[in-house]
Amino acid sequence: MSEAMRIGMTVNGAEQRHDAEPRTLLVQYLRDACGLTGTKIGCDTSSCGACTVLVDGESVKSCTMLAAQADGAAVTTIEGLAAGGEWHPVQQAFHEKHGLQCGYCTAGMVMAAVSLLEEIPEPTERDVREGLEGNLCRCTGYHNIVQAVLAAAETLQGSGR
Amino acid sequence: MIPAAFDYVRAGSADEAVALVAEHGEDAKFLAGGMSLLPLMKLRLATPTVVIDVGRVRDLSYIRDDGDHVAVGALTRHRDLETSDLLGEQCGVLRAVAAQVGDNQVRHRGTIGGSVAHGDPASDLPAALLALDATFVVRGPGGERLVAAHDFFRGFLETALAPDELLTEIRVRKTGPGGFGFEKFNRRAQDYAIVGAVAARIDGTTNVALVNMGPTPLRAHAVENALAQGADAATAAREAAMGTEPPGDLNASPEYRMHLAQVLVGRALARASAG
Repeated sequence: MSEAMRIGMTVNGAEQRHDAEPRTLLVQYLRDACGLTGTKIGCDTSSCGACTVLVDGESVKSCTMLAAQADGAAVTTIEGLAAGGEWHPVQQAFHEKHGLQCGYCTAGMVMAAVSLLEEIPEPTERDVREGLEGNLCRCTGYHNIVQAVLAAAETLQGSGR
Repeated sequence: MIPAAFDYVRAGSADEAVALVAEHGEDAKFLAGGMSLLPLMKLRLATPTVVIDVGRVRDLSYIRDDGDHVAVGALTRHRDLETSDLLGEQCGVLRAVAAQVGDNQVRHRGTIGGSVAHGDPASDLPAALLALDATFVVRGPGGERLVAAHDFFRGFLETALAPDELLTEIRVRKTGPGGFGFEKFNRRAQDYAIVGAVAARIDGTTNVALVNMGPTPLRAHAVENALAQGADAATAAREAAMGTEPPGDLNASPEYRMHLAQVLVGRALARASAG
């Protein structure tokens, strides 16, 4: 075992500093060291996207990034989206459009959608389908997920966020 | 899945990275975005004892007009390639291929240099750079050297890079915004290509390269020769699998890959000549 190193980052606006081995993956750091278990481990092979979080505002698969690579970064997880007791518009839209069934992919799907809408604020349906190609859902057939992201885009445009 | 234990060091510059690898020797590995290396480490197919993180060497992240060519820093992310106006005008094919790598999350982290240094025949960018006759700038303890793309990819995941060398820059010809075709066939959108084909028109000739048709990215020389002798695209495309020994796996038999190569090269050539 190699020596633990001190790894620090801002997670959902709060400073986190923990000792961890260099081989610690970001998803382990978030779940085990920070106690933020909203981020799921799905395939563990960078395919399914369930572990998607934002690093400095951009979606990444946290099972395929070392915590050490995120040292000093600003990380947002699903727990950090709601503000002041209000869901984020993407969360609200997944609720209203029923963009989930079992829910396992949902945290990653929502985070990928937040990043996508940051890059493409007024997406077409095709933009959404292509933009979410890194996230697998085995329940819904994606239809309601796509509807949710399109609805969230309209809400975000309307609110000026 | 958790990688085997390793020591982690971070390089602040290209020179520091080269000094660190000289110090730590052959069991050290450079880590850029990690999109190729970390999956291998998680499967314990790669077990470096020292990981040298070059991901923060920001002065190796650039896309620059260098007169007769475009220079791309090795640590430029796929995301930066696919959104680059400069590339869109000067080398549209590279921008378009980068946009098809993996998925958004992968393109936010993965770098062009990491993809090239990994040398995966199933990756899109190595084949595209082979088609473009790219030149790679490599820095080692003795200084810099240039390696042509056709000398770079030596075998399966094997390149001309010595263990103590760092790829720092990729140079591509100015091919303009169009004149190319890129076709990628896979079963799920984010997957590696089962077979891919890149066709790029450069100064009146057409270069063609193949993804996942052998142990390295390959040029389809038989297609290029047929085109040079005046064959039409559909006829030339029939030569696409000539001389290849593609792998067989769960997704495709070698014979199916040879069929795909012909179909995809045909489509890529049609697109390349359409604009």
